[in-house]
Amino acid sequence: MWRFIVSRLLQAIPVLLVVITVTFFLIRMAPGGPFDSEKAVIPEVKAALEAQYRLNLTLFEQYTAYLGDLSHGDLGPSFKYPGRSVNELIAAGFPVTAELALYALLVALVIGGVAGVVASLKPNTAQDYIPMSVAMIGICMPSLLLGPILILVFGVYLDWLPVSGWGDSPGDKILPAITLGAAYAAYIARLSRAGMLEVMSQDYIRTARAKGLPEWQVVSRHALRGGMIPVVAFLGPAFAGLLSGSFVVETIFQIPGLGRFYVQAAFNRDYTMILGSTVFLATLIVVFNLLSDILAAWMNPRLRNQLRAQ
Amino acid sequence: MRFGVLKSLCLVLTCLALLACGGRESNVVQGNRSGILHFGNGAEPQGLDPHVVTGIPESLIINALFEGLTVKNPHTLESEPGVAQRWDISDDGLTITFHLNPKAKWSNGDPMNAEDYVWSWRRALNPAMGNQYGYMLYPLKNAEEFATGKIQDFSDVGVKALDEHTLQVQLNTPTPYFIQLMDHHSTFALHRPTIEKHGKATDRFTPWTRVENIVSNGAFRLKDWQLNRRLSVEKSDTYWDRDRVQLNGIVFYPTENIASEERMFRVEQLHYTQTIPLEKIPVYRAMKDSPYANAPYLGTYYYLLNINEPPLDDVRVRQALSMALDRERLNNTVLHKSNVPAYTITPPGTLGYQPPKVFGHNIEAARELLAEAGYPDGKGWPGLELTYNTSESHLKIAVALQQMWKDALNIDITLTNQEWKVYLDSVDQMDFQMARRGWIGDYVDPNNFLDLFLCEGGNNSTGFCDPAYDDMIQHQAPQAKSREERYAIFHQAETRLMEQMPIIPIYTYTSNHLIHPSVRGLPPNLMDYVNFRYIWLDKNQEVAE
Repeated sequence: MWRFIVSRLLQAIPVLLVVITVTFFLIRMAPGGPFDSEKAVIPEVKAALEAQYRLNLTLFEQYTAYLGDLSHGDLGPSFKYPGRSVNELIAAGFPVTAELALYALLVALVIGGVAGVVASLKPNTAQDYIPMSVAMIGICMPSLLLGPILILVFGVYLDWLPVSGWGDSPGDKILPAITLGAAYAAYIARLSRAGMLEVMSQDYIRTARAKGLPEWQVVSRHALRGGMIPVVAFLGPAFAGLLSGSFVVETIFQIPGLGRFYVQAAFNRDYTMILGSTVFLATLIVVFNLLSDILAAWMNPRLRNQLRAQ
Repeated sequence: MRFGVLKSLCLVLTCLALLACGGRESNVVQGNRSGILHFGNGAEPQGLDPHVVTGIPESLIINALFEGLTVKNPHTLESEPGVAQRWDISDDGLTITFHLNPKAKWSNGDPMNAEDYVWSWRRALNPAMGNQYGYMLYPLKNAEEFATGKIQDFSDVGVKALDEHTLQVQLNTPTPYFIQLMDHHSTFALHRPTIEKHGKATDRFTPWTRVENIVSNGAFRLKDWQLNRRLSVEKSDTYWDRDRVQLNGIVFYPTENIASEERMFRVEQLHYTQTIPLEKIPVYRAMKDSPYANAPYLGTYYYLLNINEPPLDDVRVRQALSMALDRERLNNTVLHKSNVPAYTITPPGTLGYQPPKVFGHNIEAARELLAEAGYPDGKGWPGLELTYNTSESHLKIAVALQQMWKDALNIDITLTNQEWKVYLDSVDQMDFQMARRGWIGDYVDPNNFLDLFLCEGGNNSTGFCDPAYDDMIQHQAPQAKSREERYAIFHQAETRLMEQMPIIPIYTYTSNHLIHPSVRGLPPNLMDYVNFRYIWLDKNQEVAE
């Protein structure tokens, strides 16, 4: 097991290096720079700005200097927010985004898991079709649309929940979590239905039934663990996707998360912020994929034995 | 298990209903009671260093935290005493003496003095600072030379502290709008010991503007700053005119998403919105006691024409394109009557200046001009590309105008949208035929619009160059003896400009806000200028439904 983890971690280093290098050069190829604005900038001013941000060096020198800073954890100053470092912006935004992603994942798991399992118990009946059609709508409905609809219904017309904010008033985390989680709930519903259907036709389920176990125990004790493996394998990428994909929800609900900074950084050509967030999120994605692999291995006895044997 | 999904949905709804029973009090009701204004500010401020920042969200906050030598009256936009109690202008208009208010203090209690200005202007103009608004001080003698590194000695620049409370300024030429510029954050005095404590004076990165460090001199001081969440200021107890400040505090919200901002206003989380979604205008306008405030704004929306490239190198083509547009119709339909059709670059009524109307909507004349240029009824038209930055409203306008050109002149215009920075780069490199552009005035004077099109103008971007025009703007107008004479010269210059038509003016901007009826002392004005000192909240105002 340890060998598996260590070798996966070692594999991550070249992956991250490629991510950094590609991002670094790709953003430099985009037209326009961080100091372009609608008002012409006087050449002397532009030169002074570029000198303050090391842009006067050659691209390769900038690249090596960046790697040097990165090696001791310094992601550099933000171009867009003078006086703030990228580390600071990430530190301010990430906990919020992570919390939002976590709630969204819980929403997705509860709604999606229940719907998927319910659907799988009576395949090709109304009990299957209704949750699955809802799931299909969930996948198709962008959060750009779902968010405002939820806000209008629960925030404006019913006046039950705040329309924006994060941790400012009670209940303001509910709508964003549902909005962000909805699409993932739909995926999880489909994955858990498929997983459960496959497991329910296995021999050991028949054995469990033959023992005379009631149906709910068959499901909860025997089927769920195997049926949920596809969902667990999906959790890592899903969490990573939630973290990096929360921009729209953060904007709609005025949530001070990392997603807003990340997307704006690209528009602003805030080079250090784009790089810093990309490196940070790439690292997280690698870690989460690893975690969900470990979890899936633990849930799958065959794989677990294989790893132990190594 | 049969209705599991329905059950869980019901559960969620019940939870929501239970949570809702708390009976929350809206920000507006709370704010009206405690004197706190909840202000939609458009975006997260880049920073709060007055010599670094460039945007409107920053300038609004800085105007609450700092004060210039003069401020503007929000009703008339005339200059009023700020840190300077009064000022004298010499007869030749070249020397201005500011007399500082002895009661003016920094928020840490230090007294303000004339030397603060000399030091701060040196910082603002220092080339190493990279201050993009340093040019606001260029009317000062030798300021431009210092800012561009041609001279090193700041004592040659036209600013001197005569004594503790007297600041004397020498100008290059008489500059009637110089007093106004003292209200721009680039000309503000900053607290030297604070800045020097946290780094080099010209560093952009130092933490001197953080809540725990900042020292300012305005009616409010910084209380709390949470990134992308809110920024709060509270009334300052060291401000010289504190007795007249009625708000106890202001909370600024970074409301980037205008649809979210409008919803926040609707549930009374905000007193004031930075703007309003175009499609909501008719709804709000129809309301009784409408909170919708619409007023002319010192800015023009126009299309740049690259006059070096065919077919736009022919002035007749440029005139035909401009005359074929029905700006009234555009405004009445696409823009929901929220703007004012424009036929010149200078907005009408810029401190009394009325721009000339050189042309109007005239399809017949446009067709004739196009035929003379060699494209009768659009035959042989080589095509033309319009570049704009990606945005729904720019697209709507471009599509409407594209159709007008097709109908009136039978010519095809292709539309190309570009992401903001790509578009800026294209305009900068003059890599376009026709491009969308907007210009918002920095100060209320026709000069601020007309000097765009000087041969060497950094924002000209059209290839237009007329030495006679340059002479009028740069030499004749500053020498004028009276405002009338000066405006007559501007009028003549602008006529000349619009006959050459290097741009197609489309509309004059307006400011569009939603303002809660309890907010008083926030009159509309041409600069969309907010003076927080004047604002108060009427507690008795019934909540508008």
